Amino acid sequence: MIDFTEEQIERYSRHIILPEVGAEGQSKLLESKVFMIGAGGLGSPVAYYLAAAGVGTIGIADADVVDMSNLQRQIIHNQDRIGMPKVESARETMQALNPDVKVNTYNYFITEDNVREIIRDYDLIIDGCDNFPTRFLVNDACYFEKKPLISGAMFRFEGQVATFKPHQQKGAPCYRCLYPEPPPAGLVPSCSEAGILGALAGAVGTIQAVEAVKELLGIGDSLAGKLMVFDALRMEWKKLKLHKDPACPLCGENPTITDLSTYEQACELKFGE
Amino acid sequence: MKIRLNGEAKNVDATTVSSLIVELGLETRMLAVERNLEVVPRSQYETTALCEGDRIEVVHMIGGG
Repeated sequence: MIDFTEEQIERYSRHIILPEVGAEGQSKLLESKVFMIGAGGLGSPVAYYLAAAGVGTIGIADADVVDMSNLQRQIIHNQDRIGMPKVESARETMQALNPDVKVNTYNYFITEDNVREIIRDYDLIIDGCDNFPTRFLVNDACYFEKKPLISGAMFRFEGQVATFKPHQQKGAPCYRCLYPEPPPAGLVPSCSEAGILGALAGAVGTIQAVEAVKELLGIGDSLAGKLMVFDALRMEWKKLKLHKDPACPLCGENPTITDLSTYEQACELKFGE
Repeated sequence: MKIRLNGEAKNVDATTVSSLIVELGLETRMLAVERNLEVVPRSQYETTALCEGDRIEVVHMIGGG
């Protein structure tokens, strides 16, 4: 266990006092490594809260720069950072909040060529990206590298959160058991085309952050095998049961996806450039 | 058969999830189907029978972040 400094004891006192966390749990968080895909709407609250919680190493990947239209929901950035790489802006905010945290920045796209090597160094992966090809790539890479994945997505007034760890629990599904393949190009409008309620990002992202801390500590009920669906207009959270699909092309009985190169071809066919 | 579809009462001819999708004209590549708070795996649409009073909801595939 880590020898806490006096400042750390004070900083994390509200965690340490929780019997489920304690000094041991806080020490575990400080030694944990989490990788976050996306420093946008979901990445903002996730990275912010994980930094506050004292997750010792946080990797964050995003190839974008901060834009004025991001600031309606991406609260880890601010007006002075417009034009700055999002990962740099995120690092500044996180380290201003908690200098204990080491932030690794990846200011480029996650691809089939780099994703496995990157995630290998981390204990837990969190997806808050803004496109389907990356979602499928990250799911497949986490499956092959046996990393737990907390996936979050949102659109207009709706959010979804699920934890996938098919390698850890028998019968636990992966993202492809829910959605087997990416949608055809052009059928899915992006946030910029369809709009998104800014505070929804906080609702969805903080659920991801809560689940991340629970997974790292191994406390409570995991969201593995569940899908949380949030409807902000009805103000309703639903917890749905997810089943492993025996016909899943990745983790099913007769997988057709056996490495990431298969994924690349499927995506080129479906998405093109 | 009477079911609740997306929170509203509806009479349908379909007897399976698969035939319900056809009846409603849904694009399956973009959604998942929830039956009584459980997501039905896509490979089991044909073998999953609908029952009177089932609560069916369409879960849309969303990808924003």
